[in-house]
Amino acid sequence: MIIKCPWCGPRDSSEFVYQGEGGRTRPDQSSTDQSAWNAYVYDRVNTAGDHDEIWQHSGGCRSHLKIIRNTVTHKVLSVVFACDTQDQEKPA
Amino acid sequence: MSPRRAASGGLIDRSRTIRFTFDGQEFTGHPGDTVASALLANGVSLFGRSFKYHRPRGILAAGVDEPNALVTVLRGEAREPNIQATMLEIHDGLKVVSQNRFPSLGLDVGALNQLASKLLGAGFYYKTFMGPVIGPLKGTRFWMFCEHLIRRAAGLGKAGLAPDPSRYERMNAFCDVLVVGSGPAGLMAAKAAAENGARVILAEQSARLGGSANWSEDTIDAMPARDWAAGVVADLTTTSNVTMLPRTSVWGYYDGNTIAALERVTDHKTSPRIGEPRQRHWTIRAGKVVLATGAFERPLVFPGNDRPCVMLASAAERFAVEYGILPGEKVAIFTNNDSAYRSAMTMQEAGCRIVAIVDVRTDISPAARAIAVRTGAEILTSRAVTSTEGGKKLHCIKVQDYDIRSGAVSGDARSIDADCLLVSGGWSPVINLASQAGARAEWSERVQAFLPPKDADGWVGAGAFNGTFSLEAALAEGLAAGGASAIDVPAVVDAALDIAPAPVFEIEAKGKAFVDFQHDVTADDVRLAHREGFQSVEHLKRYTTLGMATDQGKTSNVAGLAIMANALGKQIPEVGTTRFRPPFAPVTIGALAAERFGEIRPERLTPMHDWHVAHGATFYSAGLWHRPMIYGLPGETVEQAYVREVKTTREAAGIADVSTLGKIMVQGPDAAYFLDRVYTNTFSTLPVGKARYGLMLREDGLVLDDGTTWRLGRHDFLMTTTTANAGKVMQHLEFLLDVIWPELKVTLTSVTDQWAGASIAGPRSREVLAACVSGTAVDNETLPFMGIVYGEVDGAPVMICRLSFSGELAYEVYSGAGHGTHLWQALIEAGKPFGMVAYGLEALGTMRIEKGHVTGAEIDGRVTARDLHLDWMLSKKKPFVGSMMMDREGLVGPDRLQLVGIMSLDNLPLNGGAHIVEELDRENPHDSIGHMTAACYSPMLGRHIGLALVKAGKSRHGQRVFTSDPLRKRFGPVEIVSHHFYDPEGKRMHG
Repeated sequence: MIIKCPWCGPRDSSEFVYQGEGGRTRPDQSSTDQSAWNAYVYDRVNTAGDHDEIWQHSGGCRSHLKIIRNTVTHKVLSVVFACDTQDQEKPA
Repeated sequence: MSPRRAASGGLIDRSRTIRFTFDGQEFTGHPGDTVASALLANGVSLFGRSFKYHRPRGILAAGVDEPNALVTVLRGEAREPNIQATMLEIHDGLKVVSQNRFPSLGLDVGALNQLASKLLGAGFYYKTFMGPVIGPLKGTRFWMFCEHLIRRAAGLGKAGLAPDPSRYERMNAFCDVLVVGSGPAGLMAAKAAAENGARVILAEQSARLGGSANWSEDTIDAMPARDWAAGVVADLTTTSNVTMLPRTSVWGYYDGNTIAALERVTDHKTSPRIGEPRQRHWTIRAGKVVLATGAFERPLVFPGNDRPCVMLASAAERFAVEYGILPGEKVAIFTNNDSAYRSAMTMQEAGCRIVAIVDVRTDISPAARAIAVRTGAEILTSRAVTSTEGGKKLHCIKVQDYDIRSGAVSGDARSIDADCLLVSGGWSPVINLASQAGARAEWSERVQAFLPPKDADGWVGAGAFNGTFSLEAALAEGLAAGGASAIDVPAVVDAALDIAPAPVFEIEAKGKAFVDFQHDVTADDVRLAHREGFQSVEHLKRYTTLGMATDQGKTSNVAGLAIMANALGKQIPEVGTTRFRPPFAPVTIGALAAERFGEIRPERLTPMHDWHVAHGATFYSAGLWHRPMIYGLPGETVEQAYVREVKTTREAAGIADVSTLGKIMVQGPDAAYFLDRVYTNTFSTLPVGKARYGLMLREDGLVLDDGTTWRLGRHDFLMTTTTANAGKVMQHLEFLLDVIWPELKVTLTSVTDQWAGASIAGPRSREVLAACVSGTAVDNETLPFMGIVYGEVDGAPVMICRLSFSGELAYEVYSGAGHGTHLWQALIEAGKPFGMVAYGLEALGTMRIEKGHVTGAEIDGRVTARDLHLDWMLSKKKPFVGSMMMDREGLVGPDRLQLVGIMSLDNLPLNGGAHIVEELDRENPHDSIGHMTAACYSPMLGRHIGLALVKAGKSRHGQRVFTSDPLRKRFGPVEIVSHHFYDPEGKRMHG
């Protein structure tokens, strides 16, 4: 599998570490909603198909990347920096 | 002249003779020969014994699809088993031996297995044998003993025990177009792609490029196909943007067009050039892959179809044309399609007598009939071969009437003398790589085989791979696959036969009819699997082992499915096929490892490592780090050494290397605020020039790590982590900053390797520092507990923080890593008048147990802060990572495993990992209430002590329980005490 890191370019997946599902929203730091916290920590969609994921380019620039990957075909559909709050969905 | 070698012909170099041995006997061949062709030329017909029944086996195929003729290659002491004789090129001095036979290939006692063949059916290994119990004799034991013997009798070659002396290489390559297969379609594709300026790699598993052009009698561009192929190969070889890889098996097709291939660089050479590896493993990243992998001919399933001298028709053709070998004098042919007629013609022209063509079909095409007439063979339509006779060689075949509609065999068997039977059961495109790439195979009624899908992603197919068996169409597909170009499809003259076979896979008659030759799976085994309920293709494969082993079902897959479909009363497409997995062809593990063998982990050494070595340290691996365990004196045991180190440290002073601690710079305007969020306690209130002990939780509320963090400036913090968790903590913090709070202005820098650190502990440690530190005072006022000062030690700038892990008055002295040894030596010198010793991890561990400080042994991912009595560190004034999750049901409550101290009551050592029980039961240990996490002999208490996590441990202080360690056979009484064994008030470190 090859991931096109927006900073380093196309790199082998062995340089990256999977850091969990990307679709989760962490409750606000001060939130006391226990079920929201439970959902954030434990609930996973585990999609068979296009899947939101967070990967870290740990063997490269160490950026966290928001990736849409098809879990059936392993095709990487889009890669953007996780810290980009704007929608900058570039084709991978 | 060799008995089976034709007087002329073949692509071998007859001017040179090569000598090699097979089972110790010397044979000769010529350059261009494989072990298979050279032995066939010498009249050898018996190549091996079968997997289960030890039946004599010969050559079935001529290439990578060969299931029977597996040999072991001897290279010095090393032996490499299960090499296909058809893929192994001969060279002078090559030594091969046959496999799975004892005492010899000709006389094999294992063949007795055939007598027990009723017992050895499919799924034999999955069955449990239970025997009668007669007195002290247990039948089941007897069966288990038999199983041991039976397992030994079955199998392929044996790997050797000697290390492989060969060298292997790895190579990465990138190209626009990778062409797999160098037959006419592949060559055409490579030529077109090269013409377009693409970077092309052409991989061919055989030594000779050209594929089927090497053994066909077709004409391309007004010349013999092999001459045309040789011309194209010569052109491509000199084209700069083309890389030719002969002897290279593409064995894996992975995501993103990542291709794995194995090149046999010197396996065919007597003396490789200096520096040449034996094999080279290629990782090729291709823009596009052209699959021109051709098709495999399938055998027919009928009784006796595994006898030596029964061969695939195309294999015989290849041996005749490419190697100049006649596999028999009187050749019979058994077929369900027209392609075998072409083989008949080729064999007849090569010099064989075709005695009969047995065809299951009622009608055959006029073209086929014309060929048959030309060969002079007797044509027997609506007939089938129902048995073969002979021992290790074929003598005759039995032919009976066959009704293609019902599949019934009838009438008297007629005997036909033949010393070679050529079989053709149709053709299966080699779609393995496409299947690995995720393509779903589609059944073709016309070709009676699985074809690759039309809509491919990343690859395109060409030629027989697509089920395109006409040469002209294959060339056109190759051209198109290579990319649009100005080249025209060359003119072709071929036999123009339609290979579409009749849907006949098996002739049901009495006797063992083999489907999978390599794993000895018969047609009856497939039916047995059906009767026992293993009916899905995946179950069929696993239960019968059909299509497993080194050939991965290359010749057996379709027939097996057809027989199962028939048993189920279904059509083949309804039964489906298994997905092919890598590797397509066997891969040497050495080539995957290449240079990565032996001790390949990197070593992390502290700046002072050489000093430790020079001063008698024994080392301990902590992750990748090498840390001094003890600095033993001559004659000292480990225990004596650490007891001495602890005593001296607690009485005078000791110094330890703490450079391995994880160190992270946390900097930026929001750094203090960020630390408040990640630590359970508050850091924004920490004054500049002070340090604080901090505790970090995971998002789920369990403890992640602990350590001290020093505030060096308003926006600058130096965080320390435990040695083992440095990477994990860094990643945790990076994730939070990058994904959760990108708005925080904080940067993280790992500085673990930039600092050298020494911890000086003990009542006289202040005097040691005072004696060597300049530029700052180190008295209690200037450097209070948790204070930080800057100074110099013998010219080296240092940063000193007063903090203690050992429980003594202690300081950590840091310098730049480059000054590490200099600093260490200066501190050692300064400590001499005060009797300071260097101490290792054992002493460090002992002192921390005496103090009840936790480390990774207790922070095991299952404990909460409260379990470790660190409640006081949980701020109630602010939220932090894990604060909402740490008090969930199950994480609080009196019955949690809590940290306690354990004291041995029988004066014997304790062990980490031992259980704590209320009731001692050596025979049947039960009801563990917790476990020991660490243990040592405490020099200060004069007793064996330890730390443990015990259920409701807090309320058990003073209770007498037992340690129960059945593995190490250590049982004994212990007392649960507070984890603060030594100086619970902390007077010493605050002093």
